[in-house]
Amino acid sequence: MRLLLTAVFGFFILSVSAQQFNISGTVYDNQNIPLGGVNVVVLNTNLGAISDFDGNFQINNVPSGSTVEFSYLGFATVTRVVNTGDALTIIMEEDAQALDQVVVVGYGTQKRKEITGAVAVLSSETIEELKPQRVEQALQGQVAGVQVTSGSGAPGSALNIRIRGIGTNGDSRPLILVDGNVIEDLSVLNPTDIESINVLKDATAGIYGVRAANGVVLITTKSGRKNQPLSLAFKTFAGFQNTTRRLPVLNASEYALLVNESFTNGGSPPPFTSIDGFGQGTDWQDEVFNTAFIGNMELSGEGGGENSRYSFSLSYLTQDGIVGGGDKSNFERKTARINYNLDFLENFNLFTSAIYSDVEGRGILENTIGSVLYNAINNAPTFAVRDANGEFTKAEGLGNEVINPVAQIENTFNRGRTRKIGGSVGLRYNFLENFTAEARFQGNYSEVEGWFFSPIVDYGAGKVFNIERSAVGESLNTFKDYTFDGFVKYEKSFNDTHNVKVTAGTSIFQTVGEFTGQTGFDIIDNDVANASIAQASDVIDNFPNGGNTFDARLLSYFARAQYDYKGKYLFSAVIRRDGSTKFGPRNKFGYFPSFSAGWVISDEAFMENADWLNFLKLRASYGIIGNDRIGDFGFVSLLNGEGVYVFNEELTFGRAQGRLPNPQIQWEEQETYNIGLDARFMDSRLNLTLDYFNRQTNDLLVVAPVSGVLGASGPGGLPPIINAGTVENKGLEAALSWRDQSESGDFSYNVSGNVTFIENEVLFVQSENGFLPGPISFGVGQDQFISRMEAGLPLGYFYGLQTDGIFQTQEEVDSHAFQDGAQPGDIRFVDVNGDGVIDEDDRTNIGDPFPDFSFGLNLTLNYKNWDFNAYAFGTVGNDIVRNYERNQQLTNRQVTSLARWTGPNTSNSFPRVTNAATGNTLFSDFYVEDGSFLRLQNIQVGYSLSDDFLEKLKLKQFRIYTSVINLFTLTEYSGFDPTASNGNGLTAGIDQGFYPSAQQFLLGLDIRY
Amino acid sequence: MKMAQYLRSVFALALLAVCFTGCSDDFVDVESEDVNSENFFNTEEDYQAALIAAYDLLQSTYINVMLGEIASNNTLAGGESAIDVPGIQEIDDMRHTPVNRQLQDIWTWMYAGVNRANYIMEFRDNLEFPGKANVLGQTTFLRAYYYFELIKFFGDVPFQVDRRILFGDEATIDRTPVATIYQQIEDDLNFSIANLPNTQDVPGRITKGAAQALLGRVLLFQNKFAEARQVLDDVIASGQYSLVADFAEIWENEGENGPGSVFEIQYTDVEGASFVCLQCSEGNVAVGFNGIRSFSGPLYDSGFSFNVPTQEFYDSYDENDLRRDVGILNIELFAEQNADYNSGAGVSWVDGFEHTGFYNRKYIARQGDSNIGDQNLTNPNNYRAIRYADVLLMAAEAHNRGGGSDVTAQQYLNEVRSRAGLDPITATGSALTDAIYQERRWELAGEGLHFFDLVRTGRAASAIDGFQTGKHELFPIPAIEIQLAGNRWAQNPGY
Repeated sequence: MRLLLTAVFGFFILSVSAQQFNISGTVYDNQNIPLGGVNVVVLNTNLGAISDFDGNFQINNVPSGSTVEFSYLGFATVTRVVNTGDALTIIMEEDAQALDQVVVVGYGTQKRKEITGAVAVLSSETIEELKPQRVEQALQGQVAGVQVTSGSGAPGSALNIRIRGIGTNGDSRPLILVDGNVIEDLSVLNPTDIESINVLKDATAGIYGVRAANGVVLITTKSGRKNQPLSLAFKTFAGFQNTTRRLPVLNASEYALLVNESFTNGGSPPPFTSIDGFGQGTDWQDEVFNTAFIGNMELSGEGGGENSRYSFSLSYLTQDGIVGGGDKSNFERKTARINYNLDFLENFNLFTSAIYSDVEGRGILENTIGSVLYNAINNAPTFAVRDANGEFTKAEGLGNEVINPVAQIENTFNRGRTRKIGGSVGLRYNFLENFTAEARFQGNYSEVEGWFFSPIVDYGAGKVFNIERSAVGESLNTFKDYTFDGFVKYEKSFNDTHNVKVTAGTSIFQTVGEFTGQTGFDIIDNDVANASIAQASDVIDNFPNGGNTFDARLLSYFARAQYDYKGKYLFSAVIRRDGSTKFGPRNKFGYFPSFSAGWVISDEAFMENADWLNFLKLRASYGIIGNDRIGDFGFVSLLNGEGVYVFNEELTFGRAQGRLPNPQIQWEEQETYNIGLDARFMDSRLNLTLDYFNRQTNDLLVVAPVSGVLGASGPGGLPPIINAGTVENKGLEAALSWRDQSESGDFSYNVSGNVTFIENEVLFVQSENGFLPGPISFGVGQDQFISRMEAGLPLGYFYGLQTDGIFQTQEEVDSHAFQDGAQPGDIRFVDVNGDGVIDEDDRTNIGDPFPDFSFGLNLTLNYKNWDFNAYAFGTVGNDIVRNYERNQQLTNRQVTSLARWTGPNTSNSFPRVTNAATGNTLFSDFYVEDGSFLRLQNIQVGYSLSDDFLEKLKLKQFRIYTSVINLFTLTEYSGFDPTASNGNGLTAGIDQGFYPSAQQFLLGLDIRY
Repeated sequence: MKMAQYLRSVFALALLAVCFTGCSDDFVDVESEDVNSENFFNTEEDYQAALIAAYDLLQSTYINVMLGEIASNNTLAGGESAIDVPGIQEIDDMRHTPVNRQLQDIWTWMYAGVNRANYIMEFRDNLEFPGKANVLGQTTFLRAYYYFELIKFFGDVPFQVDRRILFGDEATIDRTPVATIYQQIEDDLNFSIANLPNTQDVPGRITKGAAQALLGRVLLFQNKFAEARQVLDDVIASGQYSLVADFAEIWENEGENGPGSVFEIQYTDVEGASFVCLQCSEGNVAVGFNGIRSFSGPLYDSGFSFNVPTQEFYDSYDENDLRRDVGILNIELFAEQNADYNSGAGVSWVDGFEHTGFYNRKYIARQGDSNIGDQNLTNPNNYRAIRYADVLLMAAEAHNRGGGSDVTAQQYLNEVRSRAGLDPITATGSALTDAIYQERRWELAGEGLHFFDLVRTGRAASAIDGFQTGKHELFPIPAIEIQLAGNRWAQNPGY
């Protein structure tokens, strides 16, 4: 009775005090696309609706003053208080940072809140802001613990992604999956097609098993939304590019002066009788660097029906090189992509995607002795580009490896083209309430065509690049791979308290490839127009002995159990069994476990009053992941070496052993633990993520030198692959961001930064001599290998003589340890072993290619219709070896040589110049420089038309922007580009004349219908 | 709905397919397309193919030849500068240490040759076929050749026959006294002599005469003069060889595999090569190294100006000796003779380190070959490993020093001198010995034999600056090789 009364009374009060009316409106996303399927709930009532295809909704009899909540997965929830029945326009912002955002973490998804591993997420918004031309650039400086370096600034050249340092001197590349499909070369993907990039950094990547040891990059492409009308976008940008740096080299007058001085010092007559009239001479860098065009255009669309979602895109990018001009150095990429997802039934879903790309490029010789830039730096400024007869000058007297770089560019003819199609099909089926079965098939097919023509050319007497017989080469390599994943999930929640998820499945992977190619000679008229195999003579097959195919496979089983108690205490365990064709019968299979746990402290009762804290989670993980990234068949002895001799003036082909077998080789194992913390403060405006990690690579798979008596040094022979080392990478990562907006919403901003400290140390090398040498030697003709892997030191540390200034007087020379041939003005080397003699035994650690820390900074501002973004990244504490100077008596030098020693107390840093033999050209820390830098990678200003204009134009978005890439780089490094590094353990930080990154000035337009 | 049901069954089938293809561990057992070395020898072609691979390492002996010359008083290291290939510079100055890239190359390459020969011998009983004796005869010659190079340079070395040295064996294999290895070399060469024909079907194949001549050289190195005399006399008596009348003709392309060639290592210019794998080159790498630096002029191509003859050596020749300006290029003289080259611009070159004005003309690059890149590494000049003139001089020495006939010795010697345009020698006894030694230096200039001649006859210390008796007769075993074999081997004395 009392209850009835209360109800009646309540109803009475409500009907009297509150007016009721109907509300209606439309929900849009931040790109003005209607958002269907949005959950609209009137709080404290059971009223609600779901927005339709056009974003419209209507709810009747809503009490005045009610709060209406709009929520949609992946978007920030919006609330409105309604007092009138006026139509509502709701704009919902995508929110990649939302705690309930679903993140792909391997054979399934997880809410961000529940993640227990070290996972970084990069959303499409960030990618849009950064305007990268390649996917890897989106990660550069953006994600703590991820270092992206470029081995070259040439158009289309690959960037290296390294997650948490370099753990192996073999292959350090992470596993990259695009919609579950393995992609080794990201140049085939258009960055704006990407919905999100997730980086798995710790042992929880172990669910992906083998190849995940260097981390996993999961890329999800855009897929549209359900109940969304077709929305088309057209984007374009174009601009020009210049080199970020030219090296300050001597002009002709300075050069002649210095050459004369060096000859005089060396006791030879000076070659230039008069140094008047030389003037500036030729700046060879001006001759080879040029302003180059870049342009991009793309059309994309997305939408969805009641049961389906789709998206597609077409894109075209063309980029010319800043060295050599567009004819000789360029990159052209065409891509097409389609995604289609269909729910046959609510519990039965199909998802498909396909990507086609056609990439074509040309390039010039770079980053090696004799490359175009090497020649531009070393060629003498006293030579003109062409002589009086219009013929190229020939760099006379400059050593056999230095040639006229302009002539070199003109005689460079090559072309490469990669056509690739990749696709994936998957089916998901829910059954018996708690079970889901999923099967996915992903495959790639690619054809890589290559062509080169080397014409007859004379660069000058004795030049090693002279060609006296023209040649043409054509190659065609085909690659196929597929991955088949099948798994079953069981998911159940008991009393909303105990949540259990179990996943078990299998994955198989196979990749096969074939290399073919031919080389022919004597091109008719030495003319590129005739340069084809069909018109060449003496055509030879590049693979006369076979050995031009491969077939590598993986077979894996995995199981994962996840448990959480009220989403507060989270546990996960993974076991995976991997089998790889890379290992012999004894060691083919490996078992790799990982564990992780999380504690959402902010959900604890005792934290309830901590208003300043919105979220706090502690995470920990531990696991072992196997790595099999080595060549095939290292465990068996094959006759794929080279055994060729000449009988009767003709090549005769025999059979010889290739790599020495090691039947014992087994999985390299990465043992990683990670402790992390995620926190959000002050209404989630301040976000902090901290991680400490320790990643130890055990049983490192290396190709180590072995005793010569084994015969591995024969032609085509290789030393065995052995498990021979331990490398540790440990460090700290921090990412901090702050975002806020003015009350009106007119102004919003976002500041974020990240920093990574990594300490790299080799703990053990199983080599009789205690170290492994790197492959690059210093200078020309010297057998001094620059880098080493040795216990107690960083991987690939620089090994050479330590310097201690310059000898000022003969007394100083005499009182110093014996240094063969030293004179005043020469570099004083440190007698490290104290034996009174400077020799190769005094070589020591003189530099570390890895930074002490690296960082990224990002600033985004939005004011009304204006938007601004800037981001910078850098490293501190890494060293670079200058290995691009020829050190020949007539080659040019950098202006630093003007500060040379010319007498007592004139210089204590730069030695005298002389053309006589000195020890100054031995590899020492004189050639090692600090490679720290800060680069403003991108700065961008955009303006978007306001809504009323857009309506008139029948557009949803019209944005125009300008952007500068690589505006400036702060560094003390004297080479072309401190950001350049090939990212390999034993050759990182060795600069052989890197092709510098381009500075780009871009103007762009984004239109959406 | 029907569609959905259909797809559901496809899905179920797909899952089954995964299990059938993937669930079996056999999926990751893949056989290589390349032949497994352990089940190879099944046909005659297989033996022939393995034999060619064993020949291959002969080409890498270019560095043995260069060092045999540079270590002696015939030539200087040269090159671009004092630090251009330090290993070569150090050997020239007799200041080489156990850290020497070139010595390591010789060590590793010669063992690759030994292993490839032993590989055939390991499987020698797999198959019988008509030409097998010939194949095995060539194989034992090659093994002997490689071991002989090893003991010439390093003395006692790790030794294994008829079985490859496999990964792991390096930890137990020991240095074996040269006497044992010499015995095996003699056995191998006697086997070759017994099984090889006087002539083969193609130039470059090892013949009976080559095996006899090499055996003669090996015996001479051991001062076994009587035996050496016998086998060398056999070569001469065979009538297979003769001195080419024009000494200059021998060193040109047309002179390759001529009547005076007893054993010749074959090179070609049809394939490219790079510094990354010098032993892979099918060309004679030494030729590019020896060439004139940045040369512009007729007849010759450029090179790296290593291995430059000394003024003393040039001056030691009789002015009338036809061999002087054939074996040694006097660049100043050549420039004078070709002053009108290139419309009067003349010949030009760049002085290298230790420039003497002389080049090793027998083995510098000639114009007219195809110069496929890197053209300095792909010169086609064959190395005349054993010439008939050498056989005559070895025979003369064996007769003279080993209680044979000085008359015969004079006769052999004067045959060589006569071709060079020199008067006959009439001396006997030790004066004749000296004359033979002197003649060897002149006749075999630039051929990589002089250092070992000086050492084996005890004259090195007096001839070579810095040569220490008791040390420099042998080169050091590369330090890294001692380490890689577990630090068990004693280093050669003095290093």
